[in-house]
Amino acid sequence: MIEEPFSDADSLIHRLDPRLKVIFAILYSFIVALSSRFPTLFAALGFSLLLIVLARLNVQEVAKRLAVVNGLILFFWLVLPLTFKGKPLFTLGPLAVTREGVILSAQITLKSNAILLAFISLIASMSIATLGHAMNRLHIPDKIVHLFLLTYRYIFVIDQEYQRLSRSAKIRSFRPGTNPHTYRTYAYLIGMLFVRASARAQRVHQAMLCRGFKGKFYCLREFSMSLFDWTWSVIMAVVIFGLGVLEWTKIS
Amino acid sequence: MDQNILIINLSDISFAYPGSSKVLDKLNLQFHQGDRLGLIGPNGSGKTTLFHIIMGLLKPSSGTIEIFGRQVNGERDFRSVRERIGLLFQDADDQLFSPTVLEDVAFGPLNLGRSQEEAKDIAQKTLDLLGLSGFEDRVTYKLSGGEKKLVSLATVLAMEPQILLLDEPSNGLDDNTKARLMEALSQLDLSFILISHEIDFLSETTDSICEMRDGKILFDEEVYAHPHYHRHPHGTMPHEHK
Repeated sequence: MIEEPFSDADSLIHRLDPRLKVIFAILYSFIVALSSRFPTLFAALGFSLLLIVLARLNVQEVAKRLAVVNGLILFFWLVLPLTFKGKPLFTLGPLAVTREGVILSAQITLKSNAILLAFISLIASMSIATLGHAMNRLHIPDKIVHLFLLTYRYIFVIDQEYQRLSRSAKIRSFRPGTNPHTYRTYAYLIGMLFVRASARAQRVHQAMLCRGFKGKFYCLREFSMSLFDWTWSVIMAVVIFGLGVLEWTKIS
Repeated sequence: MDQNILIINLSDISFAYPGSSKVLDKLNLQFHQGDRLGLIGPNGSGKTTLFHIIMGLLKPSSGTIEIFGRQVNGERDFRSVRERIGLLFQDADDQLFSPTVLEDVAFGPLNLGRSQEEAKDIAQKTLDLLGLSGFEDRVTYKLSGGEKKLVSLATVLAMEPQILLLDEPSNGLDDNTKARLMEALSQLDLSFILISHEIDFLSETTDSICEMRDGKILFDEEVYAHPHYHRHPHGTMPHEHK
């Protein structure tokens, strides 16, 4: 279902305070997303790659994730240069490839990859539970945090229920096709999944009531900033500031 | 412990789920401090329903419930009942919802108003008691079936209940885990009601066993002589079995 292949390694990045990583990842993606000059974007991509190297992640796994996003970006490259108005770079029969379209596609590619790499190295390098705790400690509203953690907890149970249902269809020789029987079966399957999920939710709530639940969740994890964390927060601040300077002053 | 303190007193409890016939029909139950009661009965005979009524999760259509000598009616009464009676659910996935084991076990004590340190401490001790040391930071959904069951028991025990209601605790466990569970239960010196389909498990862990049938609880203390058939080599020779 959801794997966390990057979370249980040990590296400099893994040892950083999760709160720091969450804050930096958010600020960093904003600044990269808002930038448009190539020096800034290349610098960001370089820094993101550095983070990946520092986090000592499995390169193959990282590439696999990048491939998913870049597959989507490929469509931009197919469409944008042809449809974006601007100076034609060259023509392909009746179609003109515009300079502005190519630039825009390149910007999108650089931004997406830089942000994605930063998120993989900073956010995916902690377990979902840790991310939840960090969100809680950053005073993100309780409801959002617990919706997030409970979803994560029960998505596996719901997946198991789905597997059970689809297995039971399979062992009775169900072969999906393009016919009403298939549609009906899938409708039943999904309907049953909803019924079970709602019954499950009810039982979980009852179990919580039995343990004295009064509408409040508690987070036991404490985080503390070490000297190492403070050093890194300075480095990260400098990086964000540097990207800002590259983007909004005319040095290049 | 005084054997005669009446803790749970149900009289004439009736209950029906919407659209079906009565599951409980004028049921009576007296449960005393120190009792270890086993409940057996066919599927759908209302065993789980009975537990949910004691915890106030379901409301009976008629009858009175007295717990710890006081009649309990509304949600507010049952809140204090739940602080003293612990219910172990049939499915451990219903019981464990926190990301990590330690948080799940500490959830009850925190709800009872303990401080974070106290709650952590209680959780740790409970885990040690059940032989689950080292499980604190494990992620609940990644535990095996048996581990989930034992952690669920820890979440209930961490609230230091006076009575346990155990809904088919041995269901789906292998012999090894079942033995650990039995050992934990016999160590605890707690009163409990235990639902199971396994008469052997019941006779090892409980002092008395009763059957649920037709919406009622039947106590049957009579001893019945019953024959066994078995075969082995030289079976025709006169011999004895232990």
